[in-house]
Amino acid sequence: MDILPILSTLRRHKITAWLLILEIALTCAIVCNAVFLISQRLERMRIPSGVAEHELVQIQLANIGNRPDAAARAETDLAALRQIPGVQQAALTNQLPLSSGGSWNSGVKLEPQQQLDTANVVQYMGQNLLPTLGTRLIAGREFRPDEFVDYADAVAALQSGNMKGLPQTLVITQALAERLWPGRSALGRPLYFGQGIPFRVIGVIANLARPNMLEKGAEYSTVWPIRLNLTQGASYLIRCAPQDREQILKAALAKLKQLDPRRVVLEKRTWDEARYEFFQSDRAMASILVGVCVALLIVTALGATRSNILHYFQTENFLLATVGIGLGMVLSFGINLFLMTHYELPRLPAIYFPVGALLLWLIGQLAVLGPALRAAAVPPVVATRSV
Amino acid sequence: MFGYYLEMALRSLRRNRMLTALMVLAIALGIGASMTTLTVLHVLSGDPLPGRSDALYRAQVDPRDSNGYEPGKEPMEQVSWTDGMNLLRAKRADRQALMTGGSVAIQPEQLALDPFYEDARFTSADFFPMFGVPFQYGHGWSSADDDSSARVAVISSELNNKLFGGGDSTGRTLRMQDIPFRIIGVLGDWRPNPHFYDLDVKNYGENEGVYLPLSTSQDLLFGHDGSNDCWGNGGGDQYHLKNAPCVWLQFWVQLDSPAKAVAYREFLVHYSQEQKNLGRFQRPPNVRLRDLMHWLDYNMVVPDDVRLQTWLALGFLLVCLVNTVGLMLAKFMRRAGELSVRRALGASRRALFGQLLIEAGVVGLTGGIGGLLLAFLGLWLVRQQPTGYAKLAHLDPAMLLVTFLLAVGASLLAGLLPAWRACQIAPALQLKSN
Repeated sequence: MDILPILSTLRRHKITAWLLILEIALTCAIVCNAVFLISQRLERMRIPSGVAEHELVQIQLANIGNRPDAAARAETDLAALRQIPGVQQAALTNQLPLSSGGSWNSGVKLEPQQQLDTANVVQYMGQNLLPTLGTRLIAGREFRPDEFVDYADAVAALQSGNMKGLPQTLVITQALAERLWPGRSALGRPLYFGQGIPFRVIGVIANLARPNMLEKGAEYSTVWPIRLNLTQGASYLIRCAPQDREQILKAALAKLKQLDPRRVVLEKRTWDEARYEFFQSDRAMASILVGVCVALLIVTALGATRSNILHYFQTENFLLATVGIGLGMVLSFGINLFLMTHYELPRLPAIYFPVGALLLWLIGQLAVLGPALRAAAVPPVVATRSV
Repeated sequence: MFGYYLEMALRSLRRNRMLTALMVLAIALGIGASMTTLTVLHVLSGDPLPGRSDALYRAQVDPRDSNGYEPGKEPMEQVSWTDGMNLLRAKRADRQALMTGGSVAIQPEQLALDPFYEDARFTSADFFPMFGVPFQYGHGWSSADDDSSARVAVISSELNNKLFGGGDSTGRTLRMQDIPFRIIGVLGDWRPNPHFYDLDVKNYGENEGVYLPLSTSQDLLFGHDGSNDCWGNGGGDQYHLKNAPCVWLQFWVQLDSPAKAVAYREFLVHYSQEQKNLGRFQRPPNVRLRDLMHWLDYNMVVPDDVRLQTWLALGFLLVCLVNTVGLMLAKFMRRAGELSVRRALGASRRALFGQLLIEAGVVGLTGGIGGLLLAFLGLWLVRQQPTGYAKLAHLDPAMLLVTFLLAVGASLLAGLLPAWRACQIAPALQLKSN
């Protein structure tokens, strides 16, 4: 088909042509960035938790008033929970991966005299935590019972400066080991916390995600041999078969209530529920973005269908779309730069440009296909009658 | 004339229902999405204490050791117990309050109610007058109560409704953590949003149900809730933070004039220098004194997602508008013949322009009304979300006016260009070709 006559006619309908170009450019720019944002959210939601996801149940209780015997009670509670038929493991923990609420974090150093922290890590604590979470050990060993220290004793040791009362060993994630000692084994190496207090790495686990603040390194986790109880804000964590979770949650609550009725339940949920809640805003944002993309593409396609100027359909649309897409690419890059500076987003991968262009060309062509076919179906006699 | 033009416009719009519906829908969607997100943004970035926020300041000092010191870095956001008490007792501001969050077990007298945990605020006497907290019954406590760690409590109207059926409960006893407290005040309707005085506990949402003297909460070892940031070999559980090298308290001051603010900043520098001389601080004095709105800005309290959604909606509106302008133009240009006949019969260019603008206006206004309805639907959807700010998403009169202006503006914008273009047609040329 001859393009020159189309170009010369388009030049006479400059405004209409430019409006369509502008619309395609804006759509292209917004959709490219929106799809990229969606992919970022989906990626975030795929972070491996490292735990036995569908087998965990959490119960958080709070005492009424101060309880001097809290540590002894914790052991009684745990023993009773393990008696419940179907319970595979029971633990106390200060936090759970990928769940809202607070988190315990610390800077870590590779040298005792180092000024700035090498990384910010999350600190998981609690008796019997690793077997209950179901993390996968890939090097070294897990904690021995004699390595555990009571949290209250550890705090007292820290405040009095007597470092003997502190735990000596740590288990860390593979991602953290790779960050601290790339390409080398982490086993036996020291890590420094606070004013150069050393702790030795005795085990490496495959994955264990942070509770939140994922931007500080989603898998930078450490596990400490520290015993907790309810007064320190700890929760009971129970592992059981997926189909038993609801029933075990009920049985465990009844058991804990029976052991000490003077406690208030603050939280009772499966880990899956906690995770679902944690990613709620990401899911909402992703669906809003999908909705806007679809709406934009429909509006643009309908616009292209209706504002056919010359009835040259396919070629005309292709020409306008090409200019629009060219402009749109520049605009997408601009929007991406804006998002990078204001929302800490990475650069838009180059693949988005050709794929985006192809998509818009396709939609443009499909949009005018209907009217084009209808026009082509008009018999020449009818078409020439009015001339 | 207007009525006639309106009739003409409706007739013309009815001729191509599909196209008209498309234009109206595009504008409605664009405006609906923009209004929903703008309203959420407007509500979330509002002033929690209008009329007072100018005189309220958050004070920051930097108590850390020299480890990891970098010049120009921000000081810590909260204060330690020692610094908080020093600054509180110095009484250098018009008013000052030291506070932290907590959570306490409430044991109702009625057997029908199980014990439950309630969010609490442990603070000092000036909290109430400084933040202009309204009272339904009674009053706040005095600084003498602070000094004597009095077992007194102020409760929210919600908690008062729950426990005492909304009656005057001052003088009655409230058991918390096994300890009896005397209720001395019941708050009126007070829900500042954002939760500016302690953003670590939450950004938006309901306020605390119970307010106690900070000194009392510490004497009774009531654990604190919220951020706890330590340095050196700091650490400690939530009950033993008084002597730990940790910041976990918020310190707010009221300074009634800019001159007083300058003087108070100097006092903070002087205090930091003094503490450095004593060996408590190791870093050079590094203080901040941000007023309330700057404090909210600094903490970027409006969620990124909400800002992003607003940009997205405005972009969407722009595409919808461009689309409508294009469609309107195509529609008007197709009527070149009709318009030329009218011109030839004596209609002035102005009259044609007015007529076309009314046609565009009808589309815009209908779209605007549709957009407003969609905004109500959108805000209802936002309120169903499980976020802290969900309940705040309501259209206020200011935003209603913005919607109206946006709708009219958008429709005129969408109509002006096509109408102007259509009026430029040379009638002779058009008529000849027919």
